[in-house]
Amino acid sequence: MLREIKALIDKEIRLELRQKYALNGMILYIVSTVYVCYLSFRLKSNEIDKITWNTLFWIILLFTAMNAIAKSFTQERFGRLLYYYTLASPVGIILSKIVYNMLLMLVLALIGFGVYAIVMGNPVEDIGLYLLSIFLGAVGFSSTLTMVAGIASKAENSSTLMAILSFPIIIPMLVMLLKISKNALDGLDRASSLDEILTLLAIDAIVLVLSVILFPYLWRS
Amino acid sequence: MKNWYKILAVVLLAYVMIWGFLGPIPRQPVLHETARNLYFHVPMWFGMLAVLSVSVWNSVQYLRTSDMLHDTKSAEYANTGILFGIVGIATGSIWARYTWGAWWTNDVKLNGAAIGLLIYFAYVILRGSFNDEQQRARISSIYNIFAVALLIPLLIILPRMTDSLHPGNGGNPGFKPMDTEHTMRVVFYPACIGWICLGFWITNLRLRLKNLEQIHQENN
Repeated sequence: MLREIKALIDKEIRLELRQKYALNGMILYIVSTVYVCYLSFRLKSNEIDKITWNTLFWIILLFTAMNAIAKSFTQERFGRLLYYYTLASPVGIILSKIVYNMLLMLVLALIGFGVYAIVMGNPVEDIGLYLLSIFLGAVGFSSTLTMVAGIASKAENSSTLMAILSFPIIIPMLVMLLKISKNALDGLDRASSLDEILTLLAIDAIVLVLSVILFPYLWRS
Repeated sequence: MKNWYKILAVVLLAYVMIWGFLGPIPRQPVLHETARNLYFHVPMWFGMLAVLSVSVWNSVQYLRTSDMLHDTKSAEYANTGILFGIVGIATGSIWARYTWGAWWTNDVKLNGAAIGLLIYFAYVILRGSFNDEQQRARISSIYNIFAVALLIPLLIILPRMTDSLHPGNGGNPGFKPMDTEHTMRVVFYPACIGWICLGFWITNLRLRLKNLEQIHQENN
């Protein structure tokens, strides 16, 4: 089982590296979004509210995640998907996709954070906790959005569906993430974010378990 | 007597309409006579939760048995849930205008309700975007279960973690402590049961209509 997941993740990474334009496209997407925001606010660094700074960053991440993960079931041809399904178990496929998207999101989020901090200024006082919130965000976004991408890919006009299906269910996660990252921004004592971190981990766990239970049904159609 | 719940709905709701508007209520500052909205606004949410639970249960049953009847049921119960949700938000909004002074406030409970509705609107649109019946049934069942599992933390955990204007959480009591004479309780509990029964009745009618439409289509 573990070996199967590892092989599938390997395949995803190799596929991604082989078509570099997709990965580069996503990196360019997040960088140019950050730049659009920067120009729209017409800032010199540190002239933006901390709350706005934080919210803007998470909204950029959310949209990047949507775009990056939406293609996880559509980029491969139908016949090839069918071929994987005969080789691997559905649980292996969904877990490998989630782990792969998590890695992808981590890379994108860290690059995004770097660029964002350079152009918009970096008011974060507790970088460690902020990076932890980015990590938790990558885990949460990738697990939720991977499942939703699977659902949306079965329907027509899947890009609209991807947005309307995922926005309402990702809100609890986003609210928790905003709280943690706000605490990190203000440099509050780490113990005060413990509640939020635990809730977030619980939501992540629910999503993972549900994905594992429900994906086999999705895969059959 | 398979129609007992319809009779119950008529009797209880007639009682709620009459005694809810005529009966005595405790005098409260700010609330005054708007407290009577308790018989209409709060039961909407109980009704919505009741029909939506049935909808999710039917989704689970569909995935287990692949019986199309469960899918139709789950869709129709979700529709009734949306209706109750809209009426609940409307009654709540009017109530908020007269007690808090605004149609809408930024409150966890209100946001939870709005997001719940958004999820079910998305569910309806998801259903609309399939042509194949089997596929529509399976995938919308999956989304129904997935969405509800994420809605539960939103509705239950988050409101308890923050303060709120809304009664019933954030150290803000519900109606019970004010109702020392039990004058509201004798209307409120029947109202809850009555509205829930009405929800099932509406769904039942919709299901029978769907069934007749199907028979009509097959004969043509």
